[in-house]
Formats: sequence, structure tokens, C-alpha cells
Amino acid sequence: MNSIGEDCNELKKQYDACFNTWFSERFLKGHTDDSVCAPIFKVYQECVKRAMREQKIELREIETDYTTGDHDNTSGAGANSSKPQGSSKS
Amino acid sequence: MVVAASSCRTETVFDYSWRQVVVAYWNRYPNPSSTHVLTEDTIKREVRDGKLYSRRLLSKTNPVPKWGSRFYNNVPVRIIEDSVLDPVKKTLTTFTRNIGMKKIMKVDEIVVYSEQKDGRTLAVRRAYISSQVFGFSRAIRAFGIERFKVNSNKASNGFNYVLRKMFPHHQMALTTAVALAPGTAAGTQQGTAALTQFGEGVTATTAGNHNGNKTETMKNAAKIGYDFLKCHATKIAQLFSVRN
Repeated sequence: MNSIGEDCNELKKQYDACFNTWFSERFLKGHTDDSVCAPIFKVYQECVKRAMREQKIELREIETDYTTGDHDNTSGAGANSSKPQGSSKS
Repeated sequence: MVVAASSCRTETVFDYSWRQVVVAYWNRYPNPSSTHVLTEDTIKREVRDGKLYSRRLLSKTNPVPKWGSRFYNNVPVRIIEDSVLDPVKKTLTTFTRNIGMKKIMKVDEIVVYSEQKDGRTLAVRRAYISSQVFGFSRAIRAFGIERFKVNSNKASNGFNYVLRKMFPHHQMALTTAVALAPGTAAGTQQGTAALTQFGEGVTATTAGNHNGNKTETMKNAAKIGYDFLKCHATKIAQLFSVRN
């Protein structure tokens, strides 16, 4: 899969390869130290951020903290909301 | 401002272990069902409290006909995908949403992948669709939900394709089991065909109730450019959905 920045493709490929190995060989086996891919990730990030700026992608929205949605916390997300049966409250 | 949202829920069972599913998850593009996905980048990632947090930026083509471009810009759509992976509890939660064009349609999709007791992997998908287009919000949401249901199997098929490619040995075992069941000869081609059917068969989809008064909604929307709207809402929903 390509990167958003054409000139980042090679870096992305290297990072993805590093990550995939780390993920299955280290992380899933209980080792949470992720420093092994950090150097390549840093270089790849610089490239992607540059490409994003060039393509005028709103960085504001991208730099917020991780979220998995607030749909569980709101009481229906609006007056006309129709929640599915048996949804979500797990 | 209160924005109404419509929601929908589907469930899919993958015939692979949770571990296999999460390993394949990071490699699920490209696949034959995701031809609209153009680019994929990891823009943030860290381990916190033993959990892996990732943020990815996806971009998709915008298959909008020229005559529709005045309704919305003909540019690639950007999608943000946040995920939290807990290796101890064996859960992967992903949250995707479009950035830009949110007033026309905002599509939030949450998928939770978890391990079932039988060792297979359950994916529960929920979609929340909202729109701020005055007078058309309900209709747009209704069509968006329609699209979500129609496409329910598509993402699973694409993901299953990646899983089959990554774990071919698993496929062999499955093929044998399936080929034996209908009492057919276990030829390679038949086996593959059976597997494909089986793959669709195990994809149990249960759509929840969404718009109770859809009929009324549609009557109202029909007054002005019903077909035009439907065409566009469907396309937008398809575009913003990660399953395509």
C-alpha cells in the first residue's frame, strides 16, 4: 500500500516491515518495548508530515489524542437518534 | 448544536484466531475489495500500559461523476483510523471517521475484534451516521445506513482474502473440512469454491433496527430531487466507509 507522500513509499515499506516483525515476534509475546522501530518511524513520520502539509490536510484534527468514539458515553447522540437493539453498552 | 445520528450494528465471525486476525489487520490493504483505498500511513503510534495505540491516515478515491462535483469537491477523502489493541484481554478496537465533508455526512465506524470461546474471532461493527444538510439529514442518514448494510459483507470478504493469503495452512484445513461436509470430491477447485461459500456463510450479519419512520422520511425527501439525493448519499456513504 502506498504512502500519502510518493517519496515516503520506501520509508513506509521499511517501517511497516519493522513493525510487522516487532508486532508478531515481540509485542504479542509480551514484550512492550517498541524502541527497535523508533529510528525508522521517526524518519518516516517526518516524510509523511511534510506530505500532509503539502496536501493541506488539517493537522489540527490529526494531532488530538487517540479516541475510540464517544458513542457509548452520550445518551443517544441527538434527539432523533435511533439506537439499534442490544447495542454497545458492553 | 444537536446533530441527529442514525446507527447500525453488524456482527461477523472470522474463522481465524484473534492473533491471526490482528497480525493480518495491519496488512489488510490492498485487497480485491478495497480498490478505492489509495494510501495508508501510520501517523502516530505508542505503547501505553501494555496496550498498542495507533493512528492511521487513509485516503480513498472519490468516484464522483463530473455533474456531481458542485455538490461536493472532487478530491480524495481522508479517513482517520484510531485503534487500541490489548494483547492481554485480546481485544482490538478500531474507530474510523472521515475528516472533511462532515456537514454533508459524518460516518463513524467502531469495530471491536475479540476472541470467542471457540477460538474464532468476533467482529462487532457499529456505524453512526449524521448529516447537517438542512431538510435532508434524515434521508441522507437513512441511505447511509442502507449502504452500510449492503456493504456489510464486503469488508469481511476483503479481510478474509488477506487472512487466506497470510495463513494458507489454515485454509487447507478449512478447505478439507468444508469439502467433506457437502459430500463432494475434495478437488482443489471445488475446495476453493466451497471455501469461498463457506467464508460467506459464516459471516453472520444481524442488522439492528435503525430508522423506524423511514417511510415517512422517504416521502418527504421525494419532493425535491429524491433520486439525485439518493445517488449522492449512497456514494458519500460508500466513500466514507472503510469497508470498501
